Amino acid sequence: MEVKDIIKPENLVYEKPKLLTENTMHYCPGCTHGVVHRIVAEVIEDLNIQERTIGVSPVGCSVFAYNYIDIDWQEAAHGRAPAVATGISRVNPDKVVFTYQGDGDLASIGAAEIMHACNRGEDIVVIFINNAIYGMTGGQMAPTTLLGQVTATTPCGRDAERNGYPLKITELIAQLPGTSYVTRQSAHTPASVRKCKKAIKKAFQNALDKKGTSFVEVVSTCNSGWRINPVDANVWMEENMFPYYPVGDMKDAERDSKEAHLKKN
Amino acid sequence: MGELRLMKGNEVIAEAAIRCGCDGYFGYPITPQSEVMETLMAREPWDETGMVVLQAESEVASINMVYGAAGTGKKVMTSSSSPGISLMAEGISYIAGAELPCLIVNVQRGGPGLGTIQPSQADYFQSTKGGGHGDYKLIVLAPASVQEMNDFVDLGFELAFKYRNPAMILTDGAIGQMMEKVELGDYKPRMTAGEVESKTGSWATTGKTSDRDYNVITSLYLESSKMEESNRRLQEKYIQMEAEEVRYETFQCEDADYVLVAFGSSARICQKSVELARAKGLKVGLLRPITLFPFPKKPIAELAKKVKGFMAVEMNAGQMVEDVQLAVGCAKSLATVTYFGRMGGIIPTPGEVVEAIEQKLIEA
Amino acid sequence: MAKVVGAVVVDTEECKGCGLCVVACPQQVLGQNKQVNSRGYHFSFMENPEACIGCSNCAIVCPDTCITVYRVRV
Repeated sequence: MEVKDIIKPENLVYEKPKLLTENTMHYCPGCTHGVVHRIVAEVIEDLNIQERTIGVSPVGCSVFAYNYIDIDWQEAAHGRAPAVATGISRVNPDKVVFTYQGDGDLASIGAAEIMHACNRGEDIVVIFINNAIYGMTGGQMAPTTLLGQVTATTPCGRDAERNGYPLKITELIAQLPGTSYVTRQSAHTPASVRKCKKAIKKAFQNALDKKGTSFVEVVSTCNSGWRINPVDANVWMEENMFPYYPVGDMKDAERDSKEAHLKKN
Repeated sequence: MGELRLMKGNEVIAEAAIRCGCDGYFGYPITPQSEVMETLMAREPWDETGMVVLQAESEVASINMVYGAAGTGKKVMTSSSSPGISLMAEGISYIAGAELPCLIVNVQRGGPGLGTIQPSQADYFQSTKGGGHGDYKLIVLAPASVQEMNDFVDLGFELAFKYRNPAMILTDGAIGQMMEKVELGDYKPRMTAGEVESKTGSWATTGKTSDRDYNVITSLYLESSKMEESNRRLQEKYIQMEAEEVRYETFQCEDADYVLVAFGSSARICQKSVELARAKGLKVGLLRPITLFPFPKKPIAELAKKVKGFMAVEMNAGQMVEDVQLAVGCAKSLATVTYFGRMGGIIPTPGEVVEAIEQKLIEA
Repeated sequence: MAKVVGAVVVDTEECKGCGLCVVACPQQVLGQNKQVNSRGYHFSFMENPEACIGCSNCAIVCPDTCITVYRVRV
């Protein structure tokens, strides 16, 4: 069968989601942000909640997330996205609000805001991109930078004595009674992308069902910041990030009946 | 006539917010303004009007909650006192940059630093010249009575929405804590979803519908030309505010040789000082700016053509006096401009002010 | 047994040549073009089109959503 005979509308099995805009993403080649943006767009499309969803973009590489998904957006100050989302959600309880934050934004400058939003059990979704580095400002040490990892501000590698330890903030978040679903995913292989989409869909469904905060960390690559090519960055992530940041669900209040009583209401 | 009550200034802010149809309050406790949130929590407006009241984890969070909620076209506010307002400065800059309407109440205390919990007017520069980074202005209203604390909540929201700009009520611990008779406003219903959509749907994040492009609330313009365009738009608003929104009050200025310029608490003191000075045969009047931005430059310039001198009376080291000097300078007047004030939470006495008039204006 | 054949269309102007689709393809269909697009990237293309089974793995890992997938049973 000729290729031109296969490429016909009736044979279409995968295309760009309609909710992604025509804007070319500003991310570096191979950046995980693009994949996660697409997953978020697909989930909003699948749940048919375009008119109800408000996104909150952070400061960091994904500051321009609002250029790519066809929904209403607010751009928050550095680290403050969970507070902004709280404000939106509280006065608009019918809306589905999500934040999209990187590790510097969420786990460093915004550590207080994320803790308290999750502790209040705001009915929001948090998408947390952890690539262990500050991408936008040029590859400086992030709170999640691994020990020994070379960055622009740890040129000899992160040293625990000088810089402290990589912060497992998702494990801390999972302790908070306000959260209903806390998971760590990746999006670097076809199987992990499918799993990640399932997790993000569950998180959005939880927000629709007013189940408290759902938190999805995506262990990601920053090949530019790591100074590796995109394909090798995935390998580096598997070998170095996964042992310290193991993927999998940390908390699913519905599933873990012992935690069910902690659910809001 | 509306309902009459004897109330504290801070309590009135809360009551007025509920009655004017405010959708949400986000705050953090700090003396001397904690009664605002305490009153709201005790009133439980969520049952009565549906208004949201939330105690945030910090002033930083509360102003960003205001940003988020205001970005959806809702009528929202916060209150704090000086150190808390400093923490909010970042958020206020973002709100001004993103052109969001909201109301911020600053019940000032003495500074700098942790300062004191006593009343002060030392945040005049911070409030009227921006306060955070970038070229922006707040609409600043300075109440001098508990009644004005009530009236300026509704007015503040009205102006904030008219200009899509944050408005601030700049008051102090004295007016916040003092009890006076107040005539409360009638209840106004909160905006319905339809009203929010028709009033703010062109810019607010009310949910993207098929009949419009998606809305983005942002203050980010990486392209210099777009950033300048945004700056120009802001400056045009400020020029319009200066043309349309100046509010002030004069007291015995008609035949005055000397004019005191004072706002808020110090204006109340000065009213007595005018009486004392007049009893001594000194022709003294008072101009009270009600809007600190836009500042009543023109009325001061007009007075400058006929009076011998001005004295700014402030509870700070002399901040508003600079704006008085500018206004007088614009009038090419040779009238003297001087300042008298107390700091550290001390309120000047009417007698002290009269002495200062004699020493700094008349004898000099 | 029915055989499945597939084909992909790469938006060559949107492709940034990261190569993630090349390693994600179980059939070694895709390669990076020696030519570059207007932004200077070696865009992906079907090097062995006859091997494609239309599994969508390439599109799923593509950060720039520039791959459209078709599949048909023959």
